[in-house]
Amino acid sequence: MADSGQYPIRGLGARRKLPTFDDLVFLTASVSRYPLEGYRERCETRTVLGGRHGARPVELEIPITIAGMSFGALSATAKEALGRAATEVGTSTTTGDGGMTPEERKASAVLVYQVLPSRYGFDPADLRQADAVEIVVGQGAKPGGGGMLLGQKVNERVAAMRTLPPGIDQRSASRHPDWVGPDDLRIKIEELREATGWSIPVYVKVGATRVDHDVKLAVAAGADVVVVDGMQGGTAATQDVFIEHAGIPTLPAVRMAAEALAEVDAGNEVQLIVSGGIRSGADVAKALALGADAVSIGVAALLALGCNRDSYVDRAGLRVDVAPDYAFLGTRPGHCAHCHTGRCPVGIATQDSVLEARLSPDGAAGAVANYLRAITMEVTALARACGKSSVHHLEPEDLAALTIEAAAMARVPLAGTEWIPGLPQ
Amino acid sequence: MEALNCDELGTTAVNRALRTGTTGVPMVVTNPRGRHNLAVGLSSEAFITIDGNAGYFLGGLGGSAGGSGPDITVNGFVGWSVGENLMGGTIRVKGSASQSAGASARGGSIIVEGDASLRAGISLKGGSLVIAGDAGAMTGFMAQAGTILIGGSAGHGLGDSLYEAVIYVGGRIASLGADAVVEEMTDDDVLAVKRLIEESGFDHIDPHEVTRVASARQLYHFSTHHHGSY
Repeated sequence: MADSGQYPIRGLGARRKLPTFDDLVFLTASVSRYPLEGYRERCETRTVLGGRHGARPVELEIPITIAGMSFGALSATAKEALGRAATEVGTSTTTGDGGMTPEERKASAVLVYQVLPSRYGFDPADLRQADAVEIVVGQGAKPGGGGMLLGQKVNERVAAMRTLPPGIDQRSASRHPDWVGPDDLRIKIEELREATGWSIPVYVKVGATRVDHDVKLAVAAGADVVVVDGMQGGTAATQDVFIEHAGIPTLPAVRMAAEALAEVDAGNEVQLIVSGGIRSGADVAKALALGADAVSIGVAALLALGCNRDSYVDRAGLRVDVAPDYAFLGTRPGHCAHCHTGRCPVGIATQDSVLEARLSPDGAAGAVANYLRAITMEVTALARACGKSSVHHLEPEDLAALTIEAAAMARVPLAGTEWIPGLPQ
Repeated sequence: MEALNCDELGTTAVNRALRTGTTGVPMVVTNPRGRHNLAVGLSSEAFITIDGNAGYFLGGLGGSAGGSGPDITVNGFVGWSVGENLMGGTIRVKGSASQSAGASARGGSIIVEGDASLRAGISLKGGSLVIAGDAGAMTGFMAQAGTILIGGSAGHGLGDSLYEAVIYVGGRIASLGADAVVEEMTDDDVLAVKRLIEESGFDHIDPHEVTRVASARQLYHFSTHHHGSY
């Protein structure tokens, strides 16, 4: 910083050591519980979201959704591939800052349309063709901060969608322009319902900070679904100081959110989606056990697309080494978080047509679908071993913590004890 | 003319009737009594009168990207965010407008015959917002495109962090916001103001005596040297 006078801006999520779902283990069945047969007995994964106010609920085959990521941050090909993958496995994907692209709508059987503070590209006609609408109050990577899209990614198409001059460093607002506070939010939700004939669910997404208050206020405002994004949640570009120092980890956030819903007797009618650093079936299963109805993945889906790989496969089927491209950015495969530069070596986080062509929509969609199927199998493997015929039957009682911190945050006993720090003995 | 009485109908019933009304037949909404979310999400052309005061989001999410949309007149005052994300059509408010009038509107025109409160035209992305009287602080905050015409005076922080939107002010400007500058009026500016005057009927505004405020475009690229600019 002293040399350049610049502070770091980068993509993806927190890198610092944080309490995570890895600090929890499942207490699978033995004598006191009996398991279901793996690969034989059914374990339900179907997930229904958003029927609280009579809207047509979002019905998914799996409890894993694709989080909102913008066209602009990602290439159109990447957005299309995510939509195709989600459709293939029966789940939803989500728009992002900049609005809805026709490719994304066409590729996504179930598409959640975000209402972001910037309102870039927001079109009521797109709202009416969405399957759900998500009011984004905050994001785990930068709660309280607006987004940014640096000038090198603001090409003609991106600029036109956002009504901005091409090439500028785009700043997304941190507050909504037309409402502030929970009372206004209730009216805003009603506006969206009126504009859609009360036909689609309304989600409210918050970055994990004051989770208890925010979840209760979202419920009071009328949300059908609350999305809580922990601090490990990714971004395409924001200040490193935000990524590493704002918000709380996903582990405590999910438990706080579930308890908040229970305290206002909304646990059965308002669904909870949790996101931020979800990587594996184990993470998904633990989030569900702690009270989530579904999870959202962002960075993990990008990694499945090919993010950080050392090569891509060209149209002739030949593998092309892109390590030099990473080196040009000052990084290497497996360590790249240079989404903000627009020079993504594998064509995902770019608006450069040459780079974008490196991403095969067929191959990328197939890879993400494979990944989603595989982690869903991991979830059901753990659920069956816990004796559950549905992944939604997983519960905190199925978990133990490996650290005192995780026990306190997740409100599950420290392994080998009955002790939950912070709760009365 | 078809009448919809808010004393007898809920908001959804009123909006459904407005959405499905017979083309070309004017409709009047009576006894609105500050009701929120009236006439929202109307994509087609319609002639609507709100006969009284309306609440938040009057006419929000209306019109279509081609610029068409409903023609709404409010015989009263409106709450926050009149014409929010308007795409096309016209909203005329006979009284004053509360905060964030025309927030993020992308098209159409919003005409306020009284004053407009704080943050009028915030995040504006197209179309026009014309205010006969005064406009509150932070009017035009982060406005990206479109035009704001203020017949009276403007509050503090006018045009803060503007992009390509242009603001014309007939009266006094309390202060400019970050990156906003006063520029010379051109013939095209005078013509643009004349058109807005014709459309709004605000002939107390002299197109040759307004002040043009636009972006200095100094904040278009992030720099640590800007920390004192905000």
